[in-house]
Parts: sequence; C-alpha cells; structure tokens
Amino acid sequence: MADISLSGAPQNVDGIQASYMAQVQRRRLYGGLTLLIFVVLMVSGFNVADDRNAGGFWDGLHQIGDYPADVLSEAWEKRADLPALIAKYFPALVETINIAAVSTLIGAIGGLFLSLLGTRGLAKWPRLIPLFRRISDIMRAVPEIVIALVLIFVLGGGPVPAMIAIAIHTAGALAKMFSEVSENTDLKAVEGLASTGATWSQRMLLGVLPQVAPNYVSYTLLRFEINIRASAILGFVGAGGLGYELRNSMAWGPGRFDEAAAIFILLFGTIVFFDQVSSRYRNRLTEGQGQ
Amino acid sequence: MLTIDKLTKRFGDKTAVDAANILVEKPSMIGIIGRSGAGKSTLLRMVNCLSDASEGTITFEGEEITGLRGAARRNWQSRCAMIFQQFNLVPRMDVVSNVLHGTLNKRSTFATMFNLYPQSDIHRAIEILDRLGIAEQAPKRAEALSGGQQQRVAIARALMQDPKIILADEPIASLDPMNAQVVMQALRRIHEEDGRMVIANLHTLDTARRYCDRVIGMRDGRIVFDGTPEQLTTGVARDIYGAGADFSEAATSTEIETLDRAEVREVKAYA
Repeated sequence: MADISLSGAPQNVDGIQASYMAQVQRRRLYGGLTLLIFVVLMVSGFNVADDRNAGGFWDGLHQIGDYPADVLSEAWEKRADLPALIAKYFPALVETINIAAVSTLIGAIGGLFLSLLGTRGLAKWPRLIPLFRRISDIMRAVPEIVIALVLIFVLGGGPVPAMIAIAIHTAGALAKMFSEVSENTDLKAVEGLASTGATWSQRMLLGVLPQVAPNYVSYTLLRFEINIRASAILGFVGAGGLGYELRNSMAWGPGRFDEAAAIFILLFGTIVFFDQVSSRYRNRLTEGQGQ
Repeated sequence: MLTIDKLTKRFGDKTAVDAANILVEKPSMIGIIGRSGAGKSTLLRMVNCLSDASEGTITFEGEEITGLRGAARRNWQSRCAMIFQQFNLVPRMDVVSNVLHGTLNKRSTFATMFNLYPQSDIHRAIEILDRLGIAEQAPKRAEALSGGQQQRVAIARALMQDPKIILADEPIASLDPMNAQVVMQALRRIHEEDGRMVIANLHTLDTARRYCDRVIGMRDGRIVFDGTPEQLTTGVARDIYGAGADFSEAATSTEIETLDRAEVREVKAYA
C-alpha cells in the first residue's frame, strides 16, 4: 500500500484524498465480496447438511423441546424421590470425579515432560524436539473416546480404561499448552544455573518451574474441568461412573426419567462447582499475585 | 467552564488524587507538572471517565461528568479527546482509519465493521492530517511512522472528535526534542486557532513554562501550586518535585536552545 502512494506521489490534499478514496472503494469491494462468499457458503453448506440428514432440520426443529419436557414433567411428578436418587448416584459421581482427577494428575506429569523435552532452548536433546512434539500431537489428536473404546475392548469395561484414555489425551493437550508457556520463559536463570554445573533436571526444576508454575497450574485446573465432562461422557461407552448410569436410565426411556433428572442435577451441579472453584484459583494464580 | 471539586481517587488504601479543586473559566492551555506517581495521569483519566472517581465531582458547562454511565458517558468521552504517552493507535491500521476512529461514537458497530465511513469524514480526516503536516503518510500503516508522526496522528484523531477539551497525558515523554517541539507547537496552535481547552501532563518544567497559560503543580496527589508560568519560581518548582537545592531546571530540559545557556554548561562541568 505504501508503494502506491509513493509512486503516485500526490503532494496536494485533493490528490491524497482522491487516491485514498479509491483505496477505500477497492477495500469495500473486497469486503463485500468476502461477505457474499461467506453467506453463499453458509447457505449452501447448511442445505447440503440438511439434505443428507435423516430427519430434516426444519421438520425436527419444533420437537426439540419434547424430550426435555418429558424428562422434566416426569421428574416433577416424582420429585419426592429425587433426594434419595441423588444420594443413590453420589458414589457414581465420586467415581467420575476420581477418574478425572487421577487422569489429570498423570496427564499433567506426562505433559510436563513432553513440553520440556519439546521446547526449543530447554530440551535435553535438541535433536529429538520434533519427535517429542509429534508424540504429543498424536496423543492429543486421537479422541479420548476412541482410545477408551479400544482399551475397553482389550481390558474390559470399568474406570481404568477411561482413566488411561483421558490421561493420554490430557498429556498431549497440556504438553502443547505448557510448551507455549515455556517458550516465553526467561532463559537467564537457566544459563546462570548451567554456569554452576547443574544437571538438566536441576536446571528445569529451579530455573524454569518457578517461572511457569502459575500458568501450568492454571492450565491444569482448566483441563481438570474438561476432564470431568470427558469422564462423564466416557461412561456412555461402558467406562463406569455417572455417564454409565445416565445412559442406562436414558436408554430405558419413560419410567426412569426421574433417575435421569437426578443424574443431570448431579452432573450439572458438579461441573458448575468445579468451574467456579477452578476459575477463582486460576484468576488468583494468573492475576492476583500481589498478596 | 470546567469545575473539578474535591476530586479524590483511591486505589485500596493508597490515595492517588486527594481532594483536587480546579476551576477553569475560559478555554486555556493548562500544564500539570509533578513527579511520576503524583496523580497527574489519574486526574486526567478521571476527567475522560477512563476511570471512576472515588469522591468529588467534575462539572463541564453545568453538566456533571462523574455520574455519567453508558451512552451518555461515551458521548462525553467523544467530546473530551485524550492523547497518550505511547500514542495508543491501532498499529496495523492505516493512518486515515486511525484518525477516523475519532468518529466512532457516532457510528454503529455494523458500519465500523464494514468500514463505511462517509466520504466527507474521510476528506476531513485527510485535511486534519494536512493541517498537522503529515498528509503524505495517509495510506501508511500507523506502526510504520516515527514516534513524532504517530503522536500527530493521535492529535488528528483527537481533532476528528471535534472536542471542547483535549487531554494530553505526557504527550512528549517518549519523543526526541525536535518531535517534542513539533507536537507541543501543534497542541498550542490547536488551542489558539480553534479555541479548544488543552490540559497536558508534562514532565519537564520548561515545556510547561513555554507553552502553557497556566501551570498546576501536583505532589503526592495534592494540588500544591496553581498559577501563571511567571509565578512558578525555582523555589516553587523545588517544592513541587520535593527536590533539594541541587535541583536545576536546565538539567532536566529537553529544549535544544537550553544547551547554549550558561547554567547548563556548569552542570555539565560538574558531571
């Protein structure tokens, strides 16, 4: 853009105004064309998806409230049973949270090593950086549910396959987030420690971790929230916990909707609770360090 | 015209501005001086409603500014332009667009998104740039300009708002002496030719002396001096800055001419 104005060399204000207006017109034309293309793609994409759909979006749209209405009305009729049902499913909730907590811990430790080994400037073996990066790419590219299905097939149903599946995905995802933090670390302290003859693990432990710990913990807490949801979903494929119970009560249809409602309440309450707690801690860690 | 009454700002248990009273009868050019941390910036930010006052009121032409919320507050901000030390332009957008940002208060988000500024506004933006002597830079990106040019773009953005008051928060603190002079002269010209009120935080005494009709001195959040540049003697200046007898105005000067003055040579001889 600078070239145009220099080659034209309009010295008087009128000339500058005219050439700038021409530029604005061109930009508006491009902007309008982009918008047009966007709208066309949106509409055509939607229509293709709607054609391929079994039911049809517009036919199904008015039924969207039917299922929640059924669940809610039945749960309201049997509202007296709800506390007892919540108590009944509480152990399943503990199992779900347990899966999430263990897999977050294991995943965070794995992610820590993957990220330190995969960050330029910090890696112990600089030549192997691409290898560790690809490993973490693969670990986070495969969805938890795929790993869990394979492991359930091999190990049988239960919380352990779910835990391993989530831990693998968490390690990959956290390695990516961690390495973005550690790429921005100040290497002066590391150099200082290296000058005293410290080993790689000593340098990482004393030179890098104190700098990045608040961000690491904050990302790990965020991941913990996500993992609670993930472990509830993995229950659907037979990994135990709250999701397993939810699938049963939903699949058996009317008559057990009160149980589904109780599980929904538990799940929703838990997610909101951990959301609030972890976002408070994350704010304290990233912003309010001035105590 | 502008009345600031017992204006106070607290951050936690720290008082940044402590019961400041300022009365401005007619549009004039006012310089505020004081050490860093004396509350100069906080004061200006409260006038622009960038931050809320803890206590006290600001009144402009009979309208109370401190209580404004929402659209009324943004409307006030459009009538009271602000210039910053670090220019605060959008670096990746061209100069004219940055100047046109002065009209944002009158535009909808939709019109802004599709860059639908009226032709008359675009022409006016370039005329303002021409007045400040940087019309040739119009199509360039703001980040490609030198500091002095960027600050003039910021002044053009302020003028585009057609404000009654221009607030300048350390407008020349990150500029070299030549650019500082160009920017201060531009502000002075705007005051004289357009009759706009200019309130500038300044970090050097001689700038305040040379360009302002009235100088306000702040120390630890309090206004400790309010008068004409002539009344600002070296003794008063020492009070404002809390400096000892070794304080010399020339030693902090950014004016080129100061170099020829005898006292500076003495200071240099010590060093």
